[in-house]
Amino acid sequence: MDFTLSKEHEMARQLFAEFAEKEVAPMAQEVDETETFPKENVEKMGKYGFMGIPVPKEYGGQGCDILTYAMCVEEMSKVCGTTGVIVSAHTSLCVDPILTYGTEEQKAKYLPDLASGKKIGAFGLTEPGAGTDAQGQQTKAVLDEATNEWVLNGSKCFITNGKEADIYIVIAVTGKIEKRGKMMKEISSFIVEKGTPGFTFGTKENKMGIRGSSTYELIFTDCRIPAENLLGQKGKGFNIAMHTLDGGRIGIAAQALGLAEGALEKTVAYVKERKQFGRSIAAFQNTQFVLADLATKVEAAKLLVYKAAMKKQEYVTNNKVSYSVEAAMAKLAAAEIAMEVTTKCVQLHGGYGYIREYDVERMMRDAKITEIYEGTSEVQRMVISAALLK
Amino acid sequence: MKVVVCVKQVPDTKGGVSFNPDGTLNRAAMLAIMNPDDKAGLEAALRLKDEYGAEVTVLTMGLPKAADVLREAIAMGADKGILVTDRVLGGADTWATSTTIAGAIRNLEYDLIITGRQAIDGDTAQVGPQIAEHLGLPVISYTQELKIDGDKVIVKRQYDDRYHMIEAKMPCLVTALAELNEPRYMTPGGIFDACKAEITTWGRADLKDVDDSNLGLKGSPTKIAKASDKVRKGAGTKVTPDSPEEAAQYITDRLLEKHVI
Repeated sequence: MDFTLSKEHEMARQLFAEFAEKEVAPMAQEVDETETFPKENVEKMGKYGFMGIPVPKEYGGQGCDILTYAMCVEEMSKVCGTTGVIVSAHTSLCVDPILTYGTEEQKAKYLPDLASGKKIGAFGLTEPGAGTDAQGQQTKAVLDEATNEWVLNGSKCFITNGKEADIYIVIAVTGKIEKRGKMMKEISSFIVEKGTPGFTFGTKENKMGIRGSSTYELIFTDCRIPAENLLGQKGKGFNIAMHTLDGGRIGIAAQALGLAEGALEKTVAYVKERKQFGRSIAAFQNTQFVLADLATKVEAAKLLVYKAAMKKQEYVTNNKVSYSVEAAMAKLAAAEIAMEVTTKCVQLHGGYGYIREYDVERMMRDAKITEIYEGTSEVQRMVISAALLK
Repeated sequence: MKVVVCVKQVPDTKGGVSFNPDGTLNRAAMLAIMNPDDKAGLEAALRLKDEYGAEVTVLTMGLPKAADVLREAIAMGADKGILVTDRVLGGADTWATSTTIAGAIRNLEYDLIITGRQAIDGDTAQVGPQIAEHLGLPVISYTQELKIDGDKVIVKRQYDDRYHMIEAKMPCLVTALAELNEPRYMTPGGIFDACKAEITTWGRADLKDVDDSNLGLKGSPTKIAKASDKVRKGAGTKVTPDSPEEAAQYITDRLLEKHVI
């Protein structure tokens, strides 16, 4: 077992860190305050291949591994949680299911533009009545055999990259099936393009954190999409959604890790500068012990996140491998650590930590969502314990 | 069109500086980056690749660790990297360095050689023009803009208060200013390819038409008497006089005390 990063990963981290420092960090505060989607930076990330890191070169991607992708989300999130989640939702929740379940035609049609960032991806599973309980889906898709089109009706809420995306993976009910003597909803997944008649946007959410990410309601009213836009097999949508979220959790875990690391870096610099009682607050044992605990937790989170990323990489070459538990553990730990680290970093900043000009204030607000989206911490505990007790 | 770009691995100004007992830099002990002027030169070459399909070869002289800047260059889009490394080449000043690099370039085909104006560690601005002299090529230094017109380069050569527009027939050498352009980033896929790419490594034996007496520390006319890191200044004294006259008087008194005036 070797914990040393390869030369490739060291160089990739250097690249992402440089990009984050030069391009992303200067915009982070404005993105948060004005709730602006950082379009220019997303275009730049597309130009440099950050939007298609694990996509094979034959589909216009970078042909890199999942760890490199996780490191990209991590480094962006160190300075801007919004930018981190844009990359994560795009890659894990839209690009990945097309890559994993798409037909050759679907991959050839959608992946090159997604991998180059010309188009942005999103994923619609959550509904007002179907969050953690994904089986509670109400959105319906009915096949019109006369025209060979699926007709979508319903709505999705809290969709990341909502209005800025071009390609959406949408989960919908396509009928009923009997499972173990019970009638269950048959769920399928679809690829929906922006601009399809009947596909509109509802309200934009006014959020506590990750305020620059475009979070919208998606509304489908007799929205007709071609039959060939069914993603994967009919009736397999629930599995596709759950498997997609397994991967998404690695992205969000990387986002949480980045937020924790970013807050810790800012705080280490701050406590050396800030003087109270005639000496820097870094000289107080309370500061030292708190920082020591936080750094230890951040390192633990990093190891879990990187392990989950490497486990998913194993899956890429052998689809018998499951990374569900590793992803759940990484997200559970990283999200809770991010919340603790950012909160304690605000505390070490004292009154200044509560002021908008200081990055840790934003990071603390950004961190909270990592305990909630793509499966709450409680859902991660369900996944982990179910594997333990099966 | 074939372009050779000479790059140097220099200490990262964010890190500390370390010296060998003989006063030369202990490069192995320092964080390192691609010299900024050289990176601008590389970007200029990559734009020629984008526009004219130029083949870009990147060459560096240094410790084996200097291969890192070649990999960075390949990850940005360069086609191949050549590392010139040999114990006998160590401790070289600008004369020995330019002799070595010219000896390496004599093995290559080229239309244009691009070097940075100067490196942030030595700040001499001598190596580029010296390479041109060794190779008998025209040189245009301080390039702020670079265009190709048939078999000629057209260069905007920058001065403090003016610029010259200069044409030269290729093959020739230009030295680039960091202001020439905004270098591109590497790409993740480029990094993965660069780490797999083979770096050509040349030693003393591969250098063409050079004499041992012009190489390494022994072949360097420059002798370093003493080298030191930047001496850190104290915090100073802060005074807040009531008027500009009092402030001027205060400064004058201090300068008189020190016999400066």
